[in-house]
Amino acid sequence: MAKIEDRAPGSTASLNDDIGEEKRLALYRTQVVIREAEQRAYDLFLQNLVKGTSHLSLGQEAVAAGFAVAMRPGDLSFCTYRGHAHTLARGVPVSKVLGELMQRDIGLMRGKGGSMHLTSVDHGVMGSYAIIGAHLPIACGAAWRAQYKGQKDVSVCFFGDGTTNIGAFHEALNFAAVWKLPVVFVCENNLYMEYTPISEVTAVEHPAADRAASYGLPRIVVDGNDADAVYRIAAVAYDKARAGDGPSLIECMTYRYSGHSRADPAKYRPEGELEKWKARDPIKLYRERLKQFGVGDDAIARIDSEVKREVDEATELCKAAPPPSLDILTTDVYADGGFAWRN
Amino acid sequence: MAELTYRDAVIRGIAQEMTRDPDVVFIGEDVGKAGGVFKATVGLYEQFGPVRVRDTPISEQAILGAAMGAAMTGLKPIAEIMFSDFFAVCFDYIANEFPKSRYMSNGQVKCPLVVRTGNGGGARFGAQHSQSVENWCMMIPGLKVVAPSSPRDVIGLMAAAVRDPDPVIFFEHKSLYPTKGEVPDGEIVDTLGTAKIVRPGKDATILALALMVPRAVAAAEKLKNEHGIDCEVVDVRSLVPLDTQTILGSVARTHRLFTVEENPRLCGWGAELVSIVADEAFYDLDGPPVRITTPHIPLPAADILEDLALPSVDRIAERVQRSLNA
Repeated sequence: MAKIEDRAPGSTASLNDDIGEEKRLALYRTQVVIREAEQRAYDLFLQNLVKGTSHLSLGQEAVAAGFAVAMRPGDLSFCTYRGHAHTLARGVPVSKVLGELMQRDIGLMRGKGGSMHLTSVDHGVMGSYAIIGAHLPIACGAAWRAQYKGQKDVSVCFFGDGTTNIGAFHEALNFAAVWKLPVVFVCENNLYMEYTPISEVTAVEHPAADRAASYGLPRIVVDGNDADAVYRIAAVAYDKARAGDGPSLIECMTYRYSGHSRADPAKYRPEGELEKWKARDPIKLYRERLKQFGVGDDAIARIDSEVKREVDEATELCKAAPPPSLDILTTDVYADGGFAWRN
Repeated sequence: MAELTYRDAVIRGIAQEMTRDPDVVFIGEDVGKAGGVFKATVGLYEQFGPVRVRDTPISEQAILGAAMGAAMTGLKPIAEIMFSDFFAVCFDYIANEFPKSRYMSNGQVKCPLVVRTGNGGGARFGAQHSQSVENWCMMIPGLKVVAPSSPRDVIGLMAAAVRDPDPVIFFEHKSLYPTKGEVPDGEIVDTLGTAKIVRPGKDATILALALMVPRAVAAAEKLKNEHGIDCEVVDVRSLVPLDTQTILGSVARTHRLFTVEENPRLCGWGAELVSIVADEAFYDLDGPPVRITTPHIPLPAADILEDLALPSVDRIAERVQRSLNA
């Protein structure tokens, strides 16, 4: 168990060890896996080994970790094109994710989906959706199935701040609230829709939370760089959903260190903003948290090196892996496995 | 055997599948308590209850998205989009989500659902409530597309659509709802991807869909009576999968091809069928294939204008007769 008395003087960390060391180590490891894998994806892109586009979650790791670690097996994740983090957070091996980004036969979808569509049904990752807002109604549908069949899983739907201005967001929120569906909507507010500050194009300060009242939901804004805070609010929302008390909408304040996509150098950001957020880096912050709860430097370093090794090994595995076999071009268009549209 | 309206066949078709499989659920705007704006779902709410027949807000994206999420995770939803024109406000699901999830996920994600919708003209509703949009769906890999023309086919193809493991877009024709036809007793299950020769003939093949099928049959009778021309009318029924064998077989016997399409001319399904016949049966043809379509216009509301726009019995007969005598 963590030792609360070791808490650093003046720390803002909660005294309440409601989370426990096992979960805290999982929260830390998950964040480090995302950080290392995303950084590696970026490096591999610079080497032209990751092709197409990619949208990294560097700086946003605590949101993915907090929500995923609070889930139960069987809970379902619905992600966006910025979905590497949420996919990794559910325990999908790094080699499967990097393999898909690198267009290898060992990739999650053997190169048929690419960076923006990571899917691993076995891990509860029900897809990554690249049309803004599309997956909010889809998550409602999965939650409706759980409600209909009396199953206790929760559907968790992640999206960015920009999504709050598209129609499907509002249709889904109303639908979920009226039907009291066991779905949790998670807005990762990283301050920029793509290149444009969300504040310049949105009528309210908090693009998700300030709309919650329209759907009879409480206004929830959480520090998205604090994995403990995220974990706690996730647990509350999941309990509410499982109890049959309907959806939640949670806005997590965070920041992406890189541009919107690999094509974006993010020159639109005001000077000093990135540095300010990096001072509150979620992983740095969580290392301090672990120490406050008595986790030693060596234990932290061990996780760091284990993750580094996993990512290194995954990278080598992917580099050596063959590209997809050409015969999959026309498979799985229809449920019979093929693409026949005529006799 | 019983005589049933096309409208009542929709009700019976849905009820047959909901009775068979508790995972079949039905949602849409005004479909439950109100029985549907076309009264094509009357009694389902009373029979199956508010959990299985559920009214939704006017949120077409939520309707189709929810149907997809439910289908992915174990239900067999039937979702209604009241007018097919409204596909334009939820087309993301039809074009990007239903049909691509299986492929993009390398077969991990399934999407067994049915979207039923009121399609087609004749009701004087004007340009945004009258369109025939089956070609919007036909062009998308991953979808299946059917459009029944008779009460019997409504039930049989509905059963086939609900039991199919792929997303099926089910076009009901609004102007056919009051029409009647003989329907056998008991369960009816048809097969997707099968065309039907509804009137055999030897002089020309007329391909038609939905409301154009009875018009093509009537035109064939007129041609027979007035000109001694004996046309074979093929109800295409299913655009995807497409029964090209029945179509090519008919053309091989009659040597002439006509399509009767309610959709505006450009990129109508008839163009694809003509192209297939041209590719694969060119030397069976004794004359150029002819497409009889609505002009490349939005549909007008006034009855005399709408009637002028849609292929009519007289226009079909005249065009076939003129072409055969050329």
